[in-house]
Amino acid sequence: MFEGFFYRLRDYGIPVSPTSFLRLQKALAMGMISGLDDFYVVARSIMIKSERQFDTYDKIFANYFAGKELDDELLNALTADMQRLLREWLNDPANLAGLSPEEQAKIKAMTPEELERYFLDRLREQTERHDGGNRWIGTRGTSPVGHGGHHPGGMRVGGTSMNRSAIQVAMERRYIDYSAEAKLSAHNLGEALRSLKHLAPAGPKDKLNVEKSIYETVRNAGEIELVFDRSLRDKLSVFLFIDNGGWSMTPYVRLTRALFGHAESAFKRLRTFFFHNCIYEVVYEDPRRYTKPVRLIDLLKEKEDTRVIIVGDAAMAPYELLHPRGALAITHRMGQRRTGIDMLGDLRERFPHSVWVNPIDRREWDYTYGAYSISLVREVFPMVDLTLGGIEKAALILKGK
Amino acid sequence: MTAPRFTGTKTYILDPELARVVNVAIRLELPLLLKGEPGTGKTLLAHAIAEDLGMPLIQLNVKSNMKAVEALYQYDTLTRLNDSRFGDSKRNVSNIEEYIRMGKIGQAFTAQERVVLLIDEIDKADSEFQDDLLDVLDQMSFDIVEIDRTTHATHRPVIVITSNAKRDLSDPFLGRCVFHHIAFPRPEMMKEIVDAHFPNLADRIADACIEAFYRLREIDGIEKKPATRELLHWVQALMSEDGFDPKQLSDDRKVPLLGLLFKKSDDLLRARSWLNQRTA
Repeated sequence: MFEGFFYRLRDYGIPVSPTSFLRLQKALAMGMISGLDDFYVVARSIMIKSERQFDTYDKIFANYFAGKELDDELLNALTADMQRLLREWLNDPANLAGLSPEEQAKIKAMTPEELERYFLDRLREQTERHDGGNRWIGTRGTSPVGHGGHHPGGMRVGGTSMNRSAIQVAMERRYIDYSAEAKLSAHNLGEALRSLKHLAPAGPKDKLNVEKSIYETVRNAGEIELVFDRSLRDKLSVFLFIDNGGWSMTPYVRLTRALFGHAESAFKRLRTFFFHNCIYEVVYEDPRRYTKPVRLIDLLKEKEDTRVIIVGDAAMAPYELLHPRGALAITHRMGQRRTGIDMLGDLRERFPHSVWVNPIDRREWDYTYGAYSISLVREVFPMVDLTLGGIEKAALILKGK
Repeated sequence: MTAPRFTGTKTYILDPELARVVNVAIRLELPLLLKGEPGTGKTLLAHAIAEDLGMPLIQLNVKSNMKAVEALYQYDTLTRLNDSRFGDSKRNVSNIEEYIRMGKIGQAFTAQERVVLLIDEIDKADSEFQDDLLDVLDQMSFDIVEIDRTTHATHRPVIVITSNAKRDLSDPFLGRCVFHHIAFPRPEMMKEIVDAHFPNLADRIADACIEAFYRLREIDGIEKKPATRELLHWVQALMSEDGFDPKQLSDDRKVPLLGLLFKKSDDLLRARSWLNQRTA
């Protein structure tokens, strides 16, 4: 039952396992689901494993059970009908209609499977709006599916709110903020970064090593011998390069600042540098890129397990990357021998655990302003976008062994 | 057999959606995994379930360097070593069993009655911890290797697992749970929660507090938004404040005790300046 729903969830990239689908069947068989509202919650709790997928679930639920438009052309004629009807229902504040006892009994007798088939059949046959009948889907009817009607054991489909039905709840898309596509908040960003840790022994020897103590005690003929070790501390050092210049980064200032703020609290050994468009021979520790210049060549002497995160849109004129004097700032052009792309290559070569975080939406990389320079940078650095999914990917890359 | 049914308690206001999920988890005998903002009552839910179903609660607070086996049992080698050296206890040193101590999960399995087992903030530990727990929770048994004995759960505990989403849980782990994300309560729901905690509070004051609370939550750029817990503390503090007048709450410049809502100094400063600017 509801296999179609299961496959549609999978079609839209929600990894629903057959096991959880069977579990849903078990829940149905146990009589735990007595209507669409129950179904909405129970199916979600069993099949969906992340709040980031709740939004997609809501969309698919509204589509499957009420024909609400999905974001693409997968819609067939049937759902187009559903949509139109649904829209009409939504405009109509229908009243509750009483049901005769016989009708109630008849509808109660239907199994959920029959109800589902009934719902889809009625929709297929129906070509126009219908109010008050007992067979068609419309308002004020006693058909077991539809809206504004009263069906004792049945499904509710859309409608202006008398009670908040499952479909309406689904259509509100309350979970849009949690979707993996959603841009980051400072909070979840920090959490994604925090998984990066590199533990190494440090500090005073204050941790009892039980194994060794026992071993040494036995060697010592039973006279207790205690062995202490240093405890593990986080030794990960991180370089964060932020492109804070130029109009092209302006729309992303807020996001970048969120990343910056959280990186500071997530890593104990963090150095932040600023650059404009591309990294050349000098980067700056002050955001104005003026008072605290640091030569890249010095940074390249740091330990190679240093993690490097570069935040920038990588959108620039090709010569900024490819011409030896391509730097925009005049101070950079003096004596510049190597191209920007070479410098990036140096950085990448020295620090294999590096990643480029681009605040531009991944889907726009191929045709936005600077698509060419983005593609060049991507040949050097693995690039992710500044979404929760992207940062998680970045964390994986940086963790890489 | 009718499964126990959870309906909420006097001070835990239950969202109907969550109630359904809890009951599904209990009846399908699967662990319930709860995610959500801090302060939305994830941990409290486990307490409420235990209270409502009349079962004892066993709480495992997960720590970042915790190994799964610690949650199951511990072989107290140090005491044994000490006993063997000094021999001043009643324990029989050659009987290893006397040095096995049950961890929280072990206690839940060996308890005389059905218990609620809360595994709090599982995301603090690494994924190895989760993977090791998988089989244990799946089979409801674990081996004590030192004495080659398998411990089976005498009564399958009701398992509640909370996560602050510090990191994602592994897919196989998720696959074995019923999942729910506790959304931040809507104002109507919040009213019920406040009413449940302060039954003597006048509606007029409660409404003013809640209205101000949601207004303050909207302030841009706050890192740790105040949650239910902060609101309850705030209301309590306002009540004990001499000469408190709910009218103060609607005047942005006079909102008292902001420090109870904004716990980070940056947030507090930002909230203050935001409130002053708006009225300027």
